[in-house]
Amino acid sequence: MNNIYSYTLKDLKKGQSAKVSSLTSTGSIRRRLLDIGLIEGTEVECLQKSPDGNMVAYLIRGAVIALRPEDSATVSVV
Amino acid sequence: MGLTSDSTGIKAIDCGPVIKKRAEDEKIVALAGNPNVGKSTLFNSLTGMKQHTGNWPGKTVASALGYCGYAGMSYVLVDIPGTYSLMAHSAEEEVARDFICFGGNDAVVIVCDATCLERNLNLVLQTLEITEKAVVCINLMDEAKKKKIFIDLDAVSEKLGVPVVGTTARKKKSADKLMESLNEVISLNEKKDRFHIRYAEYIENAVRILQPTLEDKIKERIDLRWLSLRLLDNDLSLTEALNKFLGYDILSDEDINKALTEARRTLSEAGIGTDKLRDEIVSGLVRAAEDICRETVRFEKTDYNSKDRKIDMILTSRLTGFPIMILLVMFVFWLTITAANYPSRLLSDALFWLQDVLTGAFRAVSAPDWLHGALVLGVYRVLAWVVAVMLPPMAIFFPLFTLLEDSGYLPRVAFNLDKYFKKSGSCGKQALTMCMGFGCNAAGVIGCRIIDSPRERLIATITNSFVPCNGRFPALIAIITMFFTGVFIMPFQSLFSAVLLTCVIILGVFMTLSISKLLSVTVLKGLPSSFTLELPSYRKPQIGRVLVRSIFDRTLFVLGRAAMVAAPAGLVIWMMANITIGDTTLLLHCSGFLDPFGRLLGMDGVILMAFILGFPANEIVIPIVIMTYMASGSITEPDNLSELKRLLTDNGWTWITAISTMLFSLMHWPCSTTCLTVRKETQSLKWTALAFLVPTLTGIIICFIFASIARLFS
Repeated sequence: MNNIYSYTLKDLKKGQSAKVSSLTSTGSIRRRLLDIGLIEGTEVECLQKSPDGNMVAYLIRGAVIALRPEDSATVSVV
Repeated sequence: MGLTSDSTGIKAIDCGPVIKKRAEDEKIVALAGNPNVGKSTLFNSLTGMKQHTGNWPGKTVASALGYCGYAGMSYVLVDIPGTYSLMAHSAEEEVARDFICFGGNDAVVIVCDATCLERNLNLVLQTLEITEKAVVCINLMDEAKKKKIFIDLDAVSEKLGVPVVGTTARKKKSADKLMESLNEVISLNEKKDRFHIRYAEYIENAVRILQPTLEDKIKERIDLRWLSLRLLDNDLSLTEALNKFLGYDILSDEDINKALTEARRTLSEAGIGTDKLRDEIVSGLVRAAEDICRETVRFEKTDYNSKDRKIDMILTSRLTGFPIMILLVMFVFWLTITAANYPSRLLSDALFWLQDVLTGAFRAVSAPDWLHGALVLGVYRVLAWVVAVMLPPMAIFFPLFTLLEDSGYLPRVAFNLDKYFKKSGSCGKQALTMCMGFGCNAAGVIGCRIIDSPRERLIATITNSFVPCNGRFPALIAIITMFFTGVFIMPFQSLFSAVLLTCVIILGVFMTLSISKLLSVTVLKGLPSSFTLELPSYRKPQIGRVLVRSIFDRTLFVLGRAAMVAAPAGLVIWMMANITIGDTTLLLHCSGFLDPFGRLLGMDGVILMAFILGFPANEIVIPIVIMTYMASGSITEPDNLSELKRLLTDNGWTWITAISTMLFSLMHWPCSTTCLTVRKETQSLKWTALAFLVPTLTGIIICFIFASIARLFS
């Protein structure tokens, strides 16, 4: 059970997809993430890692958007 | 332009440019849209004005104006910064929002990317909450067609309640349809029923409580449903802009305050806090966009982006990402250096031939010596130098850089480099503003508006001049070619120059990162904030247009600016070299005074003085050095690099001088334009002073250390 709840965007491997279940961040980060379309039920696909493995590009509602791991870790997915 | 309007504090509220109408009945139209949707290209094709466009977030750094007309109507078109949202996270979004809300425009054209309509509709829906005088322009229809994405424009229009036009910004024909719709919207008098998002019932309830009071009180042209939502949302930056627009504090009105408290009470009774309310509002927008697209957009190929992904695999993968980035930079420099060689020599031959002709002409009319000296040896010669040294590398470097920009590669640079910027306590978008700095540091500083957090914006602003702008490249190239590549023969020579120049750039990037880190643990303490970066589709740049645009917009602009500074500087130098105090010239007095300090830094007084006189424009530093050496005795007319090298070595230059000069060129005070821009952007003398002092002190320290160590070994 714990496993399901701790599963976030950050855990997605290249090529995997998942649906957003909730956001755990607050304030401006939360707003930014909502703004790019990460609301409940949004399907997200993990596309590509940057060379140093820091930022990861995701396909979100038809746009390719890169996130930092500390931000993607606040997006719970199922 | 946007820069000159009065602003307050770091979060400059910028209600947009001062708009000059050509006629009383001319209508003001705002051109809004997400970044990278070809907005500026469309703007150019509508207005015929050559304004630069680039394929990266936030390229339109200050609002641009242009004029156009169609079927008897005439318009002032205002190109506002590209944003994803109007809910003001960054200074740019504030500029866009304030212009749409309070800019006094008669209509808004919202430009969308057809390949990514759903995401773009977020901005459309937010704009439609503010105004019904809008035309939605779905651009890049050709790209969408290539990707087999089909959009039912009529259906979208039906849903939104405003005209929707499909365009291909690169083709001028499609613009007519847009203008037609614009005429239609502007001349429409009765209120049309446009799309409204139905939010959750408790939000609608709260709006119903607040809106009637606002209707009684506010007579200005503001959509009151939208205003109610924003007041409930407690959007402080908007309230501030609104108060400025109204001329009074809206919350000082008792009735409004009472209604707002009452509306908020109903929300909190329903268990809705500010955060939850915002979530609901934003989710409402996203869902509405999703609903609209589900019924109007058809994807025939599920993997329509596969080509982009394949390119990204190469350009941003672990194995090849960095090598390709460095090779690409090196290739650009190599091409610049190699190709600039020959025209540079031709130009200087021609210009110095012209100098002889001028001299002859002055003699023929027996003009006084001082006049010939001041105008020909002073003004003309410095001008000739600036043109000969600068024009060829610029005319090659700018188009190449623009090609990289247009193709969509630069956001990938930010993607690749983000980790390093994060480690320096700053933002990956700084990689973008840093890249803009390669063109011009002042542009880079304005570009810093795309950074959300004020702390990170300041770091990016202060460190922007650590990358050499285009005014400094030619000097770096000339010094490298003269002093460090003589040992190689031709094809390898320019390759080696490119490698060295790349090293200088890497040093600049390294210094940017180190100083950012230093700032973020001292005066600008804080943690890196969140960062989202869009990686737009790759687009094939249009080589012909890039060439024309970068030569006319950038090269000639920069050259013109340099020439404007160089001419009076040439006069000043000539006068300094010819006015004597005691038995030596003023020039020697000054350079003599600076000499001990200059030598401490591995240079000499002349070079240091040239840097000081070069404050208005870095381009003229090397020409001043040459002028000064020639004025103080030497009679050689250095019309190519090897003679120039002889002039420099005759005046005591060694490899230590050369490297120290390059280091100091990389790290010294930003030019006056950049300093003024920093002052305008930060609204603070303190940060301007810091932006001046930080690179200066860094340069002094590094040159001192380098020169001291190098002397030990030589």
